[in-house]
Amino acid sequence: MIVILKNESMTFPAMHEWALAEGIISTADKFAKENNITSITEIHIMIGELQQVEHDIVEFALEQLRTPLMKNTKFIIKAIPAKFKCRNCGHEWTFITGDFTEDVSEAIHFVPEMAHVFIKCPNCGSPDFEVSEGRGVWLQSIKGIKDD
Amino acid sequence: MTDPRLNIIPERFKGVKNIIAVSSGKGGVGKSMVSVSLALAIRDKGFTVGLLDLDFTSPSTHIILGAPSLFPSEDKGIVPPITNGLHYMSIVHYSADKPAPLRGSDQSDAIIELLAITRWEKLDYLIIDMPPGLGDATLDMIRLIPRITFLVVSTPSRLAFESVKKLLLLLIELKIPIKGVAENMVMEESNYIKTEIQKLDLRYLTKIAFNKEVEDSIGDPDKIVSSKFHKDVSKILDFI
Repeated sequence: MIVILKNESMTFPAMHEWALAEGIISTADKFAKENNITSITEIHIMIGELQQVEHDIVEFALEQLRTPLMKNTKFIIKAIPAKFKCRNCGHEWTFITGDFTEDVSEAIHFVPEMAHVFIKCPNCGSPDFEVSEGRGVWLQSIKGIKDD
Repeated sequence: MTDPRLNIIPERFKGVKNIIAVSSGKGGVGKSMVSVSLALAIRDKGFTVGLLDLDFTSPSTHIILGAPSLFPSEDKGIVPPITNGLHYMSIVHYSADKPAPLRGSDQSDAIIELLAITRWEKLDYLIIDMPPGLGDATLDMIRLIPRITFLVVSTPSRLAFESVKKLLLLLIELKIPIKGVAENMVMEESNYIKTEIQKLDLRYLTKIAFNKEVEDSIGDPDKIVSSKFHKDVSKILDFI
């Protein structure tokens, strides 16, 4: 299935970014309702670079999925660089896009933990590392107008 | 602030009528073989069936099904491929069958990711091949999957059953529905497991005889379906 970004006449495959956007919208809407927010003005989203999520597609999906509480919501997306720390030797390093084949990038894109299958510590070769920053997609904060 | 994946997971299971996690307190009791055989038996009754392999560190249902290299399609998420008439999802679609050395918290994150982005078709049954034990995967599934039920596999071994019993006691305490217990790899007559299950006021589903032919049927679903093993597993259909 192909979706078309209206403002750029570019085509993108309807990737799993849509599923992530659904999670953001659903969570924000539920949170707003639980807290008597009648209009959400801003939603701040953090996207880790490890997953190589296409921000344009997330933004497009967010626009399409707006709920009645989000008529005037501004979506603010912040990219978080991915950092690793080796549990074996303590070495820390940064994820660099373009280091992997398309297959590996795609596997990590869908399930970031697949990094442990394909990435090793550049210092000692261990697969036992933690993704200290920039793993996935997080809802950082919501701003809105509340009924008194 | 919060993980947006958690809220969408119940939504992903809305079209699934029955969710059965095939589980055990112990590894090596034949959960994966039972999961595949049960999924095929339900399929042959004319139902729509999904199979989800959640054993991230040792996935094996793709080997049993003889379906090594499948890849899900994408449509506002990922759509499980169909193999042998089963809607089939496994981490092996992404791990290229290489070792996946995941710590508990990473397994948990991977499970949440997979559950959040997988869009199941309308299914009558979803069979989940669980990793052994009471670890993160079991706790996550109990926490995240609405309407989950458990089908527990044991062997006649008292050692295996001691671990199985711990899982059963946990599920009973958490008030999670248990379909019952299947006894696998039975080599001689004994009522030990059946009696223990009845003491817990649970259903003893079937006695699955140990059969050397099972090993030969790995990778060939047609052979599985025609095996004595499959006939024994199919008795579970009366209870689900």
